[in-house]
Amino acid sequence: MAQIAHFDIHYDRFLNEAGEVEQPLPEFAKDTQTLLSLYKNMVYTRVYDQRAIALQRTGQMGTYASILGQEAIGAGVGHAMQRQDILAPSYREGGVQFFRGVKPSELFLYWGGDERGMNFNESRQDFPVAIPIASQACHAVGAAYAMRLRKQPAVVVCMLGDGGTSKGDFYESMNVAGSMQLPVIFVVSNNQWAISVRRTDQSSCDTLAQKAIAGGMPGQQIDGNDVIAVRHYVSSALERARTGDGPSLIEAMTYRLGDHTTADDAKRYRSQEEVDLQHKKEPVGRLRNYLIANNLWNDDKEQALIAKCEEQIETEVEIYLATEVQPAKSMFDHLYATLPKSLQWQRAQLPGEE
Amino acid sequence: MNEITLIEAVNRALAYELAHDDSMVVMGEDVGVNGGVFRATDGLQARFGRERVFDTPLAETVIAGMSVGMAAQGLRPVAEIQFMGFIYSTIDQILNHASRLRNRTRGRLSCPMVLRAPFGGGIHAPEHHSESTEALFAHIPGLRVVIPSSPSRAYGLLLAAIRDPDPVVFLEPKRIYRLNKQAVEDNGEALPLDSCFVLRPGADLTVVSWGAMIHECQQAAELAAEAGVDIELIDLATIKPLDMETILESVGRTGRCVIVHEAARNCGVGAEIAARLAEEGLMSLMAPVRRVTGYDTVMPLFRLEEHYMPSTARILQAVNETMEYV
Ligand SMILES: Cc1ncc(C[n+]2csc(CCOP(=O)(O)OP(=O)(O)O)c2C)c(N)n1
Ligand SMILES: [Mg+2]
Repeated sequence: MAQIAHFDIHYDRFLNEAGEVEQPLPEFAKDTQTLLSLYKNMVYTRVYDQRAIALQRTGQMGTYASILGQEAIGAGVGHAMQRQDILAPSYREGGVQFFRGVKPSELFLYWGGDERGMNFNESRQDFPVAIPIASQACHAVGAAYAMRLRKQPAVVVCMLGDGGTSKGDFYESMNVAGSMQLPVIFVVSNNQWAISVRRTDQSSCDTLAQKAIAGGMPGQQIDGNDVIAVRHYVSSALERARTGDGPSLIEAMTYRLGDHTTADDAKRYRSQEEVDLQHKKEPVGRLRNYLIANNLWNDDKEQALIAKCEEQIETEVEIYLATEVQPAKSMFDHLYATLPKSLQWQRAQLPGEE
Repeated sequence: MNEITLIEAVNRALAYELAHDDSMVVMGEDVGVNGGVFRATDGLQARFGRERVFDTPLAETVIAGMSVGMAAQGLRPVAEIQFMGFIYSTIDQILNHASRLRNRTRGRLSCPMVLRAPFGGGIHAPEHHSESTEALFAHIPGLRVVIPSSPSRAYGLLLAAIRDPDPVVFLEPKRIYRLNKQAVEDNGEALPLDSCFVLRPGADLTVVSWGAMIHECQQAAELAAEAGVDIELIDLATIKPLDMETILESVGRTGRCVIVHEAARNCGVGAEIAARLAEEGLMSLMAPVRRVTGYDTVMPLFRLEEHYMPSTARILQAVNETMEYV
């Protein structure tokens, strides 16, 4: 029998779990400012994350999905994207969104039960977070079609989880992206869990990256806790898509260190030993070790950065907490461009001034 | 007899039927080790094994479609859709297949499956977790839509749904999952489908509702009683097909009817009931039928959800206006 097709899936990283260099670093990683910018975003995201959980625990915010352990993906993707690119995120991508100019106060507002949190002040063409898993993959290919039709030099970044790769929305979108060679990339944050379902129970595929092959595009796996690898390979994928060479998929290997959301109790389905082991591979400490080993960072700078992030996030918390509830009538305000006459009586029933 | 919550009653009904019907399977996202995000399937995998109680990959279309395949071959699949907000991709399978397999094959194949999903607002849940869209399913011929409003009805109606020879969408009002407890005997006795439950007899006005709103309606009925208005409260329970007989009989005596639902107003199930009252009970009506419903807006995020959902005060106001109508 003749072999008519052959596919390989590659895996790569630059920093190992201890933050040691495994192979020559890409050019951008020789620039200290770039590395520090990535590091600061990760620390900022972590401080935001802790504060968000605290807000939920104290009844000041609703259910929240923690980013803990996945900060390198956010930083790497966010830094690699250009301003005019379009983000179609899942609900666990605050780190990317901060690079896009989204404010923690906006995300607090969203998780706090207020639609205005998705009315970003910056990156106004980005999609709101998608709660129905993988639905954003379809929007991403549509947006990519629009970019190409209008000859805009923008690439659409679709982000989703390992669980999301089981949805038809994902397969269908990959297929369209491949068949039309659209300027879109898919980044799968494979954090090993979809609530209580293990990655290995989600699919028998050796990798999720190989799902790209069926969509007619390259797929590869990277260490998603190595921010240098994320930044590097996402940049290459964006460049490829931007120059008309089509879509691709990156499976970023990471681990959800926290509960699925504040409404979840991961102790019901996974062991503390497993989580402890993963803590040793987490991304923030990894880059910090690298920076310290190369005399680019020290304890004083670390303390100062954390203090600054805490102060900035506290300001964001204050903005959030001071945001008054929308008037009840506002639920009609953005239903249609203009509220149909036939609905005006309903709006009038709600309390509040006209 | 120990008292249990509505969610525990769901668990108990599933366990009873798993123990008594080898053909039944329970499936869905996180229903295994985790026991479901609301714990509806807590302990079932440990007790009945991974073959009969299993996690599916994250894919609702195949959960529904696979259930059709299982049911057509003689299994009794009871699948959980984690939240009603994620049920919509199953509509292709429900509308094009589950609800019409019997008809398409002139009775050769049938589809005794149950799709369970928590629904409704009021628990400060994230976006897409609070809608009430039962009317979408009530529009589908060949389908049953059932909504319990108490632990005992959850137990008895779920058993009935599982045993029913046709597909059932079983919607669980999650706001009252743990609201109160009731003694529920684990005797495997099903309650009738396709029939309303008169929760409170009354002579002056009929209130028809279902799901979590029954709670507000009960409060309204008590307050109305203090003011001398005797309300008959009917729990619709089976949203489709409608038991209009019970409603018509009641309205025939009271002459006044208020329908309460959390779902949006336009083309809600209340519209169907009102239409049927107009068609078949007009002569007994002494006042226009009124509806107290959610607004025709997107379900607001939770900071405003209390304004969206019918309150006891809104129900009472409709009751009073209907009573005052001459
Ligand atoms: C279509 C759909 N089904 C079910 C859910 C409920 N749900 C929310 S998150 C989640 C697991 C998602 O896992 P994954 O895609 O790996 O993303 P992660 O949460 O791990 O970031 C599920 C089942 C949903 N939001 N959307
Ligand atoms: Mg995951």
